[in-house]
Amino acid sequence: MRRVGDVRTEDGGRKTEEGRREIGSDSGIGFDDQTSLLRPPSSVPSLLSVRDLKTYFNQDDGLVKAVDGASFDVFAGKTLGIVGESGCGKSVTARSIMRIVDRPGRIVGGQILLRREQGGQMTEVDLIRLKADGAEMRAINGGEIGLIFQEPMTSFSPVHTIGNQIVEAIRLHRSIDKAAARARAIELLKLVGIPRPEGRIDEYAYQLSGGLRQRAMIAMALAASPRLLIADEPTTALDVTTQAQILDLLRDLQARTGMAIMLITHDLGVIAEMADDVVVMYLGRVVEEGEVDDIFHAPKHPYTRALLRSIPTVQSTPRRKLPTISGSIPHPYNRPTGCPFHTRCPDFMPGLCNVYEPALATVGPRQEAACFLYPEVRVASGVPDPPGHPGPHDGEAR
Amino acid sequence: MLSYLVRRLLLALFTCWAISVLAFVIIQLPPGDFVDAYISNLSASGSGISADQAQQLRAEYALDEPIYVQYWRWMRLMSQGDLGMAMEWQRPVTEVIGDRLWLTMVVSLAAVLLTWIVALPVGIYSAVRPYSPLDYLFTLLGFLGLAIPSFLLGLLVLYFGFVHFNANIGGLFSPAYIDAPWSWAKVGDLLKHLPVPAVILAIASMAQAIRIMRANLLDELRKPYVVTARAKGLSEWRAIWKYPVRVALNPFASTIGYTLPYVVSGSIIVSLVLGLPTVGPLLLRSLIAQDMFLAGAIVLLLGVMTVVGTLLSDLLLMWIDPRIRAED
Amino acid sequence: MADRTSFQDPHAATLTPSPASLGPEETSGPTAPAVSVPGALAPGPGPGEPLLTSEAEERVAVATQAQLMWRRFRKHRLAMVGAVIVILFYLVVLFADFLAYANPEASDAQRGLIAPQGIQFFHEGKFLPHVFALVGKRDPATFKRVYTVDPTKIVPLTFFAPGFDYRLFGFIPANRHWIGVEDANAEETLFLLGTDLEGRDMWSRVMYATRTSLTIGLIAVVVSLVLGVVLGGISGFYGGVADTIIQRIIEILRSIPTIPLWMGLAAAMPKTWSIMQVYFTITIIISLIGWTELARVVRGRFLSLREEDFVTAADLVGASQSRIIFVHMVPLFLSHIIAATTLALPAMIISETALSFLGLGLRPPAISWGVLLQQAQNVQTVALSPWLLLPAAPVILVILAFNFLGDGLRDAADPYA
Repeated sequence: MRRVGDVRTEDGGRKTEEGRREIGSDSGIGFDDQTSLLRPPSSVPSLLSVRDLKTYFNQDDGLVKAVDGASFDVFAGKTLGIVGESGCGKSVTARSIMRIVDRPGRIVGGQILLRREQGGQMTEVDLIRLKADGAEMRAINGGEIGLIFQEPMTSFSPVHTIGNQIVEAIRLHRSIDKAAARARAIELLKLVGIPRPEGRIDEYAYQLSGGLRQRAMIAMALAASPRLLIADEPTTALDVTTQAQILDLLRDLQARTGMAIMLITHDLGVIAEMADDVVVMYLGRVVEEGEVDDIFHAPKHPYTRALLRSIPTVQSTPRRKLPTISGSIPHPYNRPTGCPFHTRCPDFMPGLCNVYEPALATVGPRQEAACFLYPEVRVASGVPDPPGHPGPHDGEAR
Repeated sequence: MLSYLVRRLLLALFTCWAISVLAFVIIQLPPGDFVDAYISNLSASGSGISADQAQQLRAEYALDEPIYVQYWRWMRLMSQGDLGMAMEWQRPVTEVIGDRLWLTMVVSLAAVLLTWIVALPVGIYSAVRPYSPLDYLFTLLGFLGLAIPSFLLGLLVLYFGFVHFNANIGGLFSPAYIDAPWSWAKVGDLLKHLPVPAVILAIASMAQAIRIMRANLLDELRKPYVVTARAKGLSEWRAIWKYPVRVALNPFASTIGYTLPYVVSGSIIVSLVLGLPTVGPLLLRSLIAQDMFLAGAIVLLLGVMTVVGTLLSDLLLMWIDPRIRAED
Repeated sequence: MADRTSFQDPHAATLTPSPASLGPEETSGPTAPAVSVPGALAPGPGPGEPLLTSEAEERVAVATQAQLMWRRFRKHRLAMVGAVIVILFYLVVLFADFLAYANPEASDAQRGLIAPQGIQFFHEGKFLPHVFALVGKRDPATFKRVYTVDPTKIVPLTFFAPGFDYRLFGFIPANRHWIGVEDANAEETLFLLGTDLEGRDMWSRVMYATRTSLTIGLIAVVVSLVLGVVLGGISGFYGGVADTIIQRIIEILRSIPTIPLWMGLAAAMPKTWSIMQVYFTITIIISLIGWTELARVVRGRFLSLREEDFVTAADLVGASQSRIIFVHMVPLFLSHIIAATTLALPAMIISETALSFLGLGLRPPAISWGVLLQQAQNVQTVALSPWLLLPAAPVILVILAFNFLGDGLRDAADPYA
């Protein structure tokens, strides 16, 4: 499903063309020159590491565990795709990373480790430990991490010009005067492919079409040259043609600047096109994680398998019912015990799946899953082997 | 923006004309005409006029003419500054009204200003920190403000002031200044007495304004552009102040335009309770005595001043932020 | 103000419906673009709605709109309190005669301004509700009769005691009241809330005042509602010239202080009119105060619904205009209208109270809260007899109750709350 002829360079993505200026060429983007196409060995430090993130919402009616122990890594120059149905906690994860979760949501546990340059040295800072509204977090938001999301129309203030808003984004992280900031804003608009940027910069959001608005939003998110761009459903509100253009733009920008992209979507086609690594979430937990090829060709978790099965393809038999996942997503106040997916799982093992929670464990060379079907997971979770499912060392060579 | 201005101006003029018609209707409502009332008034004090004199008066005041002629006559006289004769007082209406009209507007404007100054920050705070202890307090006060009609509030304030502080909170001036000519000292005295009636009047409209601001801002806070602003690195309050507040200000500003008539209305009754030397007590007296020229003139002037005041406040808002109007 | 989230992106192809068209919601709403995860979500509530188990889903799916509204309303505790208080007040309206124990018009100047007598429940260890007797003595200086409390004499009280005659619900003759004095004679009286300037029992007068004020308010709000719905409906549904004219009228009325106008109308009532005529006219005047707000709400609803596709569809199918209006459109905003009406009631009650307080509305011998409060106009009198201010309490209470109730109804009716 990967496109033929990908525009990726061998040296890790900093593609430059003659005469083109890169974003932030003046300040430089701190990223690792050691990134490579394949998932790097664990010796390469990740740009962002989320460890066991838990974000809960204490509503009047009960406690909603929107994110309940999510862990994954984002690497510079690569795209991490986070996929799952609505309500699985993808957006809350993104908000948690940027510490802009709405009340009554609160991060109650875990770590979000960001590698950034401080005082000339690369250090790791746990974003959860920072004050959400403090100066350091605010410098990170926009400066190190940018965010774009799916409602370009309402993502811009209706009473300010887009130029005003982009200039503000620039000046929040760079001390330059208004004229210089405005020039840079025009440059950014040009970079994202908006024609006639000098004119557009003084227009309001409602005067631009959907595709242009999304591009403008990308420009605003990149204003301060962040090293990580979180894209939360960036193409869901667009038609297919514009969707393709925006994805091309993102790929192009990534190639040029080496920034990492965390792409959140429920659209598997977009994942296939864009992502290097994939994280599958269900009810606030990561159920599978791996390289995009492995996920699509050798999915391990029953949920991932069901998702892929339910995509209608040209090759499916005509006049046959589309396979669906039985049941529906449980009410957030009614989380199932044990594995969150067991109520809809075709491979449900009673006594095991509804009692114990599966931990995420390595089930392939570059793949992790959280399902008791796999002995590695059973070992990692410390649960007994069910009948018919021998353990890892029961006559099996690993 | 210019077309908006012209439209507002035309509407204001038309409204003033409508008020004049309504005021005239009020003048004409009671049974009998001016001369009848005059005669009965005279007879109450023991004098009278002959039938001939009555007829003469009628001709002079064109009371035998059809109604639109009378109206036209009245308008013509008014444009020359002659508002007619206050029967009960036997003095020209302008003299009787005197300062009262200005004082009414001063009190009303003070109440409106107070409403804006308080409702805006309280509404914003309530929306940004809902269910916090301060929010509950504001909500409670807001409900009380909504529930207690201003004249009852005036009564209660007077009562408590009298019983517990042995002070008469009513009135706009200290006894020394009541009949004194205007001076800076008198203005100072007025300012000292202004807070009580202004607060009493403001409370009801304040409660409403806070609710509107809170509701509008709550709607806006849920929108994505607030997230964008925070994601850019703006602090929470800066992001809120620059973006959703600006947007929520739009509907708030348009409702504000109707606060002045509401407050002026309220001031009529409150001024009766508190004994303020404004137009209220005079209006009531003239209505009870069926001194219709006085009553009609007061209604007309009150209406016109309110329309002018609203127009000025709209213009002020427009001048402060043209985007508020451009966004309409 | 235009709802910007429902702005349709003109460039969105019809293949992928834009989630913006589904109304304001969070970012995690699934739509159905070509390659996504269809089937993963069983047919059920739309984006943003809480996801349910199948059983609960069934229950909500078959609940009527009324049931949904009731569920949402029940959660709003203040609104429930408001509803209970309103019901209690209207019970008073029905049973005012029973709840009053003294003839509200029985005046006795000598018993003016007597302080409220608290009910004592125990006498010498036995449960015997009573009040202390009032002993009248002639003041030697003024020759006026002055009443003082005599703690030694008790006046026993009985429940369901006989009192003055009345007709329950207007036609059942009765003479029992909820409380009274056994063997009532001239000297032994009960004044739960004291007496007013003319020696009339305040409690009984407050009961009758409640009846008058609340019924006037109710009738006035119904008239207002009719006016508002008719004019607002014409304005919103038909638009055009009628709309412009009605809009201008509403705007004019909103931008001028209207109390002086209504005072003028009220003052113009000839003093010779009967109580019923006054009652009727006051009701009309008061209903003129609130109709503009209702008309605006109705107009707004009609305007927003008029553009909906189902209206066009009904029209194309050949439905008559009245059918479109009453069968298709009105049920959708009926709940909003009810909420707006409930919120308009307090203004009516305040207006009547204010006008009567000024002496321009109902006049004695009619009894309403405003008429009662007229006696409290003088601060010095009130300072000596603060119970004269007591009619303010039901006014404030009922306004609060209606506001809570109206808020609850409005929140329950609003699908986006």
